[in-house]
This record gives sequence, C-alpha cells and structure tokens, in this order.
Amino acid sequence: MIAIIDYNAGNLTSVKRAMDYLGKDSIITADYSEIISADRIVFPGVGAAGRAMADLKKRKLDRAIVEAFNDKKPILGICLGTQVIMETSEENNTECLGIIKGRVAMFAAESSGMKVPHMGWNSVILKRKHPLFQGVEQGSEFYFVHSYYPVPEDPDKVLGETDYIARFASFLASGNLAAMQFHPEKSGEPGLKILANFSKWDGRDYVE
Amino acid sequence: MLSKRIIPCLDVRDGRLTKGIKFKGNVDIGDPVEIAAQYYRDGADEIVFYDITASHEKRNIMIETVRKVAERIFIPFSVGGGIRTFDDMREVLLAGAEKVSVNSAAVRNPKIISEGAAAFGRQCIVLGMDVKKVSVSDKIPSGYEIVIDGGRQFTGLDALEWAKMGQTLGAGEICLNSIDADGTKEGYELKLNRLISSNVNIPVIASGGAGTPEHIFEVLKDDKADATLIASMTHYGSYTIKEIKTYLSTRGVKVRMNW
Repeated sequence: MIAIIDYNAGNLTSVKRAMDYLGKDSIITADYSEIISADRIVFPGVGAAGRAMADLKKRKLDRAIVEAFNDKKPILGICLGTQVIMETSEENNTECLGIIKGRVAMFAAESSGMKVPHMGWNSVILKRKHPLFQGVEQGSEFYFVHSYYPVPEDPDKVLGETDYIARFASFLASGNLAAMQFHPEKSGEPGLKILANFSKWDGRDYVE
Repeated sequence: MLSKRIIPCLDVRDGRLTKGIKFKGNVDIGDPVEIAAQYYRDGADEIVFYDITASHEKRNIMIETVRKVAERIFIPFSVGGGIRTFDDMREVLLAGAEKVSVNSAAVRNPKIISEGAAAFGRQCIVLGMDVKKVSVSDKIPSGYEIVIDGGRQFTGLDALEWAKMGQTLGAGEICLNSIDADGTKEGYELKLNRLISSNVNIPVIASGGAGTPEHIFEVLKDDKADATLIASMTHYGSYTIKEIKTYLSTRGVKVRMNW
C-alpha cells in the first residue's frame, strides 16, 4: 500500500489518479499510524511552504515522515514535498524537515527578466543513474510549476538538474528518499514511468 | 530550457464537442474524453476545455466530463467558460482540472481572482482576456479594449491595464484572445501579444487566428507568447501536433518532442 500524505496542500488527487491508472493501491491519508505502516510514501503538494509545515506539524505528520525515512521506507517527494524535506525555505522563512541539508531559494524574477513561476515542460539532465529513472528516455521533459527551488549543500544529493534562470536541482536523492521538483503525475508517459518505478522500488540507490 | 507549449482548445456544450473532431484518417468523434485522450497521445502539452453550456443547471455534465478526462490523461488541463463563482472553481479543480480560467466573471467581480489564488494557488488561476482593437483614447491608451460575453459587450477596460491588474490580483497565467483575429486563420495578433507579454511577468498564452505552423512560430519567437492555443488547425486533420512541433523545432523554437 502506498500512502499519499494529506496535509491540505492542493492537488493530491492527481497522484492518486495516476496510481489508480497504473493499478497500484494507494490511499490519501493524514493518519499517523496509516502512514507509518504503509509500504511506501508519496509526499506531494502544491502551495506555500509556511502553511504546509504548519499543517504537517499540527497533524504530527512531520514526525511520521522523518520516522519513515529513518525506517528506510521508500519515500517520493513531489514539488512542495521536495522543498519541505530541506532545512529551511525562503518562502515565509520556514523551518522545514531537514532530511536533506540545504535551503530553498526563490527564483530571481526581477534581475533575470524571466517569468515566475517556472511553468511548463522542461528537461532534467541526469548526473547519475537512479532506479526511478530506469527506462525513462534521455531528453524526456517533465511538467514544472514553481517559484522556489531546492539548493542542497551536498552535491552528491543532486541527481538531476534543470535550466531555468540558473541551473537548479530538480531531482534529489538520499538513500530511500527520492524527490523531484516537477510533477511526474502530470508529465505524461515519462512521469508515469517514474511513478511505476517508485511503486516497486526497494529504496536502495543503485541501478542494476 | 523551458519549452513553448502547444495547447488544443475544445469547445464543449452539454458534455459533447460542439463540432465533431476529425484527426488525419480518423472518423468524426464528438466525445471530449476520447478527443482529449487522443491529443494526449499525439503530444499536446496541455488541453483547454471551453464550456459553452448555456444553462447553469447543466454544469454537472461538465464536471462529469472533467472527472473522466482526469482518469485518462496525465498532462495538465484547464476548464474555462461558465466559471462564475468561487464554488464553480472549486468544483472543477476537485474533479481533476489543473487550472480554471475566468473571463467575464473576473471583469464583473475581480475578487474572484484573488479568492481563487489564495485558496488554490495562483498557478491554478488563468485570466482569460477577450480583446478588441479600438482607437486610442484617454480611457483606452493601449488601443485594445476588453470585451465580455463572447465579444458582444465592451467594458471600457484597457487590455494592458487589465492584464497588469489581473497579475496583481493573483492570476498565474493569461490567456489572451484576439476577437479580431479569431477565426480568420490569418495569424495571431502579434502586436497585442508583444504588448501584453512584455508588460507582465506571468506566462501568456496566445489565442485566436492560427492557421499555419508559421503563424505559431511568429507569435512564439522573441517571447511574444509562452504558449499557443490552437483549434481548427488540428481538429480537422490539416496538421498533427507532431507536424507543428517538428516545424517549430527546425526553426529554432524549443518544444517538447518526446512523449
């Protein structure tokens, strides 16, 4: 069973629909014990970091995620979920979960003259292989919509990068945690492939 | 680098397409769910449903359509037309749409933009603008005026001012439709697109006038638009999405080629 964490953060049902389409059992849940006992966890979300952290804490789900991570359970962070696993976010000056060291920064819209949010399809340049990208064609594009991006301290945690305004980390991994700034559930076949890979991933960071 | 998006627009009335759609070598189909699935397979980057159902009582038919589409396609799609209230927005988003587009309702009640953005995030809220060219005046300094109710009603709003205000209120994107160019197949209104796109910092979708891939190229080049809405070009088999994207790609416009 895949637990999709429910913390009032926008479009959770789209991840559920994609899992249904792939024939994978999943539940949207805010229940601590349901999350802790699930085989794997998706941590999705759109919205603002400040409110997201407040909601997570209120429901004690911040603890559930950290425990599941320490328990070596496969975890998939998506978009805001990916930002909230960092230490701090510039958005609402938020203290986050700190599973990956580093901060979340805002795109410099004014100095670059570029549009923010970064909205639309963009590619992910893989720095090394990962089980979640197995079978995903090189040069595939994914759907992004965000104004903030993660800046991990340890470059080894950055597996994929994307060019917008500057080159930023769009795919992070740390052991049993994989986290992406784009939306695999809205990225057509390559995105579905990542979700299918995740639903059978054992949480180990290697490629056969 | 971010790709430019190609977005087919489907007009829906009472749960059916207003005209049948016929892809190359295909039979005429009137079911928006089937057509959306076909466009998804063909490489559309996003899909827009424009609901022209006249009666508010039949809105639930559209919601059912949205729900079915969301089970079949895994790219963003938006719904416009007939979104009058906050509850209308909510219903469409809960049924599985990524975005909602507000047009006449936003002119009548601009607060709907800020309320929607606060509740669902600004990326969910598209400001649809129907624009007509008029003579330059104190009231309409840009020479483009906002019209509503399908172009029948002038509003006295300057298009540029309204675009900026929409952005300030919280719209995450603008769908810019030129009433003058719409249906002509002679190309997008380039001057209008350049004016709006260079004065806001949210994405602009060009709409109205596409007849050939070159028209799409013209509006996408030099960032006059971030995406284009197309309809008859692909609905009746003149072009496939792939042909359009291949053309754009050879002319140096970045588009998504693998799907």
